[in-house]
Amino acid sequence: MELTNENVLGKLIAQFGEENIFDAYDPDGIMTFTTNRENIIALIQYLYDDKDLQVQFLTTMAGIHFPDHKGRELCMMYQLHSLRHNYRLRIKVFVPIADPVLPTLTNIYATANWMEREAYDFYGFIFTGHPNLIRILNIEEMEYHPMLKQYPLEDQTREDKIDTYFGR
Amino acid sequence: MATDNKTADTDQLQEFRDNRDLKLQDKKNENLTTLNLGPTHPATHGIFQNILQMDGEVIMDAVPTIGYIHRAFEKIAERRPFYQITPLTDRMNYCSSPINNMGYHMTVEKLLGITIPKRAQYIRVIMMELARISDHLICNSILGVDSGAFTGFLYVMQEREHIYDIYEEVCGARLTTNMGRIGGMERDLSPKALHLIGEFLKRFPKVWAEFEKMLTRNRIFIDRTVGVGAISAERALSYGFTGPNLRATGIDYDVRVMNPYSSYDDFEFEIPVGSKGDTYDRYLVRNEEVWQSLKIIEQAYKNLPEGSYHADAPHYYLPPKQEVYTSMEALIYHFKIVMGEIDAPKGEVYHSVEGGNGELGFYLVSDGGRTPYRLHFRRPCFIYYQAYTEMIVGGQLADAILTLSSLNVIAGELDA
Repeated sequence: MELTNENVLGKLIAQFGEENIFDAYDPDGIMTFTTNRENIIALIQYLYDDKDLQVQFLTTMAGIHFPDHKGRELCMMYQLHSLRHNYRLRIKVFVPIADPVLPTLTNIYATANWMEREAYDFYGFIFTGHPNLIRILNIEEMEYHPMLKQYPLEDQTREDKIDTYFGR
Repeated sequence: MATDNKTADTDQLQEFRDNRDLKLQDKKNENLTTLNLGPTHPATHGIFQNILQMDGEVIMDAVPTIGYIHRAFEKIAERRPFYQITPLTDRMNYCSSPINNMGYHMTVEKLLGITIPKRAQYIRVIMMELARISDHLICNSILGVDSGAFTGFLYVMQEREHIYDIYEEVCGARLTTNMGRIGGMERDLSPKALHLIGEFLKRFPKVWAEFEKMLTRNRIFIDRTVGVGAISAERALSYGFTGPNLRATGIDYDVRVMNPYSSYDDFEFEIPVGSKGDTYDRYLVRNEEVWQSLKIIEQAYKNLPEGSYHADAPHYYLPPKQEVYTSMEALIYHFKIVMGEIDAPKGEVYHSVEGGNGELGFYLVSDGGRTPYRLHFRRPCFIYYQAYTEMIVGGQLADAILTLSSLNVIAGELDA
């Protein structure tokens, strides 16, 4: 099977159903679609095991915060790579910020360990089943997750840095 | 690609690990010593802490702590206009900043849909390969220092100075280069820069051959590095290894070949691979990559195309200064770019380059504003450093130091 975005998407929809693989689009040549947290592990395991796809490399994971999307504020992006076929794909899972729980990927990819710790540290994702879910780059005493959009970068009490001076 | 490659002593190691678990259980029996390696130990070449559990000289367990120079680049990037983010990327892998700069520029160019002229692409290739040489040169010579050979380090350090002279001529800076701009280079290669590159190409092969002669077949060096800190191809893939460290295990994954960018498909070069994934293999792979980089620079230098050194993208690329004083349009663009009032289109891109240590990726989400909505750096050091524990357990303390330097963990990239 030639790995094109249509073929792979068709295969995944046939396996998991349209209600679980949705919002597919292609922003930069890498197919991107959304799934839900109940299916994410099964999906990544399927991509790993399937003989035609052999998507066996986890390139990166990144959290994104969309404060305006009510009920699905936090997004987790998994980017995977099939080194055999040089085919990349991107999977997104949206979860509400009140319940940012995702299953851990550490049983499939050892590298997910620190990536998930980073996502916990900066966005507050909770990965169930993670062996050691503690902060990784920030100090342990920190009480918030700094990459969330409600935390401004600059000190808001300063008066000498007015946005209009900086074209913002 | 071979994934069935196992290190020779896998069974022994497994047996050791089984015993280790038993021994760790009776940690309270005071059989083990706790040793604090780092955070600021000179032999770690950066700020890393590892709390080791030692049974005599043998490492039984290690708990790494990172984040000592975390500077929140991903957060800062959400506030800055696109062109102001390049200096942040310098400070990730500061041994090869031009690669980081170019990787970031290419990501933004992909988002904006700018194609840059061949000449600019070739200049970028030359600078990136020079950066790769200076990166590998540091890593391999430091490996020599850690195993007791100081001479080679001082000897090749002189060549790094010459590479930095070229950077200085091209962009004005030496270490944190901030080289190039979104849309090309900030200036053309000057005659002096071309001369320096030509001189470097003549002089460097001799120096590197001599360096190799000193270490590659050196009895002490071989004894210290063969079989030390080995990792199998399977584990390396699971840990997300890329770059020389992955290739040392026998997998020929190189971003320059698999997903060519910046005209890399115009050049002929080989991907060196190792077989056992130990410290010696990593050393050999890096050594050979230096030769391949030289080959690429030679080809790009000889075939440097004529043409412009930047893309025709007035909205994003600063106009020449003399035009700013004489032309109204140029003045407006200049002002808007410098003040960061140019909005990028909506979109989502991932671009990766072959950095000094592996696949350096940039994941950029733009909501159509003046700054990225989200910029995530895929930092190879951060990803493979988590395998360090697994690689040193069962070895001796002195070997752990060598493993660390042969992995080429750069603190700036690790912590971002």
